[in-house]
Amino acid sequence: MSARDIAARVRAGETTAVSELENSLAAIAARNGELNVFLHVDDEGAYRAARRVDERISEGLDPGVLTGVPVALKDNLCQRGVPTTCSSRILEGWRPPYSATVVERLVGAGAVPVGKTNLDEFAMGSSTETSAFGPTRNPLDPSRVPGGSSGGSAAAVAAGMTPISLGSDTGGSIRQPAALCGLVGVKPTYGLVSRYGLIAFASSLDQIGPFAANVADAALVLEVIAGHDPMDSTSLPEASPRLLEHLDDGVAGRTVGLVRELLEGADPEIVAAVRRAADTLAGAGANVIEISIPELHLGLSAYYLIAPAEASSNLARYDGVRYGLRVEGEDVTATNELTRSAGFGDEVKRRIMLGTYALSAGYYDAYYGQALKVRTRMIEAFARAYGQCDLLLGATTPTVAFEIGAKAQDPMAMYLSDVFTIPTNLAGEAAISVPFGVGESGLPIGVQLLGPGRSEARLFAAAAVLEAS
Amino acid sequence: MSLPDGWEMVVGLEVHTELLTKTKMFCGCANNFGAEPNTNVCPVCLGLPGSLPVLNERAVELAMAIGAALHCTIAPSTFHRKNYFYPDMPKDFQISQYDLPINAAGYIDLPDGSRVSIERAHLEEDTGKSTHLGGSGRLHGADRSLVDYNRSGVPLVEIVSGPDIRSSAQARAYASELRGILIATNASDGRMEEGSMRIDANVSVRRSGDAFGTRCEIKNLNSLRSLGRAIDYEAARQVDLLEDGGTVRQETRHWDETRGETSTMRIKEEAEDYRYFREPDLVDLAPSDEWQARVRASLAPMPAERRREMTALLGSPSDAQLDAVTVVVDLGLDPWVRAAALAGVDAGLALNRAANELAGLESLDPSRVEGFVATLAMEQRGELSATQTKTVLAEVLASGADPRDVAAARGFEQLAASALGDIVATLIAEHPEEWGRYRDGDDKLAQFFIGLVMKATRGQANGKAVIAELQARR
Repeated sequence: MSARDIAARVRAGETTAVSELENSLAAIAARNGELNVFLHVDDEGAYRAARRVDERISEGLDPGVLTGVPVALKDNLCQRGVPTTCSSRILEGWRPPYSATVVERLVGAGAVPVGKTNLDEFAMGSSTETSAFGPTRNPLDPSRVPGGSSGGSAAAVAAGMTPISLGSDTGGSIRQPAALCGLVGVKPTYGLVSRYGLIAFASSLDQIGPFAANVADAALVLEVIAGHDPMDSTSLPEASPRLLEHLDDGVAGRTVGLVRELLEGADPEIVAAVRRAADTLAGAGANVIEISIPELHLGLSAYYLIAPAEASSNLARYDGVRYGLRVEGEDVTATNELTRSAGFGDEVKRRIMLGTYALSAGYYDAYYGQALKVRTRMIEAFARAYGQCDLLLGATTPTVAFEIGAKAQDPMAMYLSDVFTIPTNLAGEAAISVPFGVGESGLPIGVQLLGPGRSEARLFAAAAVLEAS
Repeated sequence: MSLPDGWEMVVGLEVHTELLTKTKMFCGCANNFGAEPNTNVCPVCLGLPGSLPVLNERAVELAMAIGAALHCTIAPSTFHRKNYFYPDMPKDFQISQYDLPINAAGYIDLPDGSRVSIERAHLEEDTGKSTHLGGSGRLHGADRSLVDYNRSGVPLVEIVSGPDIRSSAQARAYASELRGILIATNASDGRMEEGSMRIDANVSVRRSGDAFGTRCEIKNLNSLRSLGRAIDYEAARQVDLLEDGGTVRQETRHWDETRGETSTMRIKEEAEDYRYFREPDLVDLAPSDEWQARVRASLAPMPAERRREMTALLGSPSDAQLDAVTVVVDLGLDPWVRAAALAGVDAGLALNRAANELAGLESLDPSRVEGFVATLAMEQRGELSATQTKTVLAEVLASGADPRDVAAARGFEQLAASALGDIVATLIAEHPEEWGRYRDGDDKLAQFFIGLVMKATRGQANGKAVIAELQARR
């Protein structure tokens, strides 16, 4: 059942938030042992929230557009009093004393947070295998990964545990798992959704967004969580965009650029799916043209300097002094080193070292400084493309969901699974992954629609066209 | 203290001042000194995972006021992260300004007429405060360390001078002048003892005319006295080294106030690589022209201008009076002198009383200025002696009483009127020999009689009135 249906039925008194929560908890109980989706299920808090929603309904009040809808939260989103780990040993046992703005807004709209989902440690990965608490399995084929880093949040929706969930997307961490799990996943324009309470990986790239089984639910969740937040200086000044009312706008008269570089290296079945999507949009009245944006080739290398550089600074605070893991050494420097050595996994350490190096005196200009220039070129290249097109179209991922362990020992192969999603983060723009057919293995394929900043309404309308075909 | 002939010291100062904002730089926590440890804290200033900074508008305003008062260019600026591990810094980076500071290229004119350039005055956040217990008493080697994060995230402005200072006296004058400016802008309370103004000194020496030598940075000088002593010590140390054929090593040095020495903290090779990069959680800071104009328009007069005004009131002041003007303006007492002068009190008398009777007070209620003026007017009219004035003034300032009531209660006025003649006549009769010499023209003996009168009246007589009585009987 869709989130909108659940909210409508709870609001109408046909079911209760508690009963919907029980369905959700039952689905979690049935498969969480097998799939490792949730790191923490907050039954108690969820029941409290659900009962509060039901009380308000019985008092004749309207809790909001997500009334009684269970929601899963990626475990890098702070929720007051609920363990928040980023799938890292270094934060094990930490309970934030405050909630992220997005959590407040979901609860304010009547949603019921049920628990925290697994992710690649500190969101660094594309398969959820770098989690310190074991990999999450793809509900559609448990021998395969769900993608990452928001693999747990994608799997929660794909397994029917919750109708919607939140993830974060730094280089594709929502869109790639959405594609691999057959879901709609949105990377909103940078600044559209407040990052307050999202534990930072790479601050200039991170953005929170929804997973849903359909386009309309994703639009609904984004409407709830978007809009200016005074607690985030990079938050856009405007109120949340109207998305649902434009969902049926279609694509007639829109120019859609099919981007050559967003197909290069993709499996033939993926390329074929994207071409079918182009035909579908053309059939709905869009003017589809093939374009090339050569600068997109530079994205991956720029990303793997900028994101680790910011991460090396963002993750410095996990030093064993104030919270989380502490491994005592003979003095504070030793405590810092022992704590970080024991608390961080290999991928996190790799990126901290990369980033530290990229910012170091004597190397800054050649690495980090150069990456910033590439980022500027990327923004300019997208701007040129959007001078010509209303939307861009390409693959979300080069392959369908891959086997657990297939790329875990080969960082470069893993990094390449984000090659089509990273440019949008570097440019601070918007993109959405929509399921569009299945491959030979029967696993879902996602196609990606990209738009300039603040183009979400247009993107959702196009996504709705693909969904309807 | 001066260096051996042919040597010159070159000093630049970095002054950190805490801004007098109600709240911290990036969150809503109270910015006040002396609260219970770790009570003015929140997720933001504790750097908890997921928290984000939001810039305090008032901190920007005060930074601009400082820039304007230092004749700086106020420019669009950015924030950077300065990355290093230290337990009193909860994010293990400090948000500061780097290549684009809010204020650049200004100067300060000192009372002696010299000018010291200001390279920059930028915004940054303060760290928490560590206390190390047992063992070495320092971070490394203490048994335990405690951290108070109340200070974490308090807004600071760091003011960096050019290498223009050539003596410890000039360094002290600069620091003192800067302190006056910071107080006049309402940016700081200037309390060095509470750490709201902290000074680092960059010191090098050279043979006159040579290029700059290698400098050492002396950290955390917390009084003007320490500043002067540390600079003199350090310059002399460097001259000794060089004269013995050695070289100065670039390093950071610690000043030990008790031993009166500087010692090595860390050498340049050990210096941290701070890996500065733009703070991605903050947006660029570009104060509008209109905002800048509003800040400039609301600036109170700075010490240099106030000194000029005091000097003008005095007419042609003596060197001693000029020194007193500097002291009075430094202490913010010039409005008292101005008020007295406007009420017809002699400016020199008002300056003298302000420098001697007001300067030493721990606290001064601004509403007492009326009583101050009235007391001085009584002194000028001869109704109070100098000693009486001091007594009356102390009581007026403490209690806010009317000086006429105070003088009456102590019986000061009656003495000034008729009793003085009787006392003088009696004393003349008791000392015929001295009186004779005075009558014969030995004016020095006036002081002898004044002394006797003062003794007889326990200091309550007016010296000028005594002389008048003596001359009337000559």
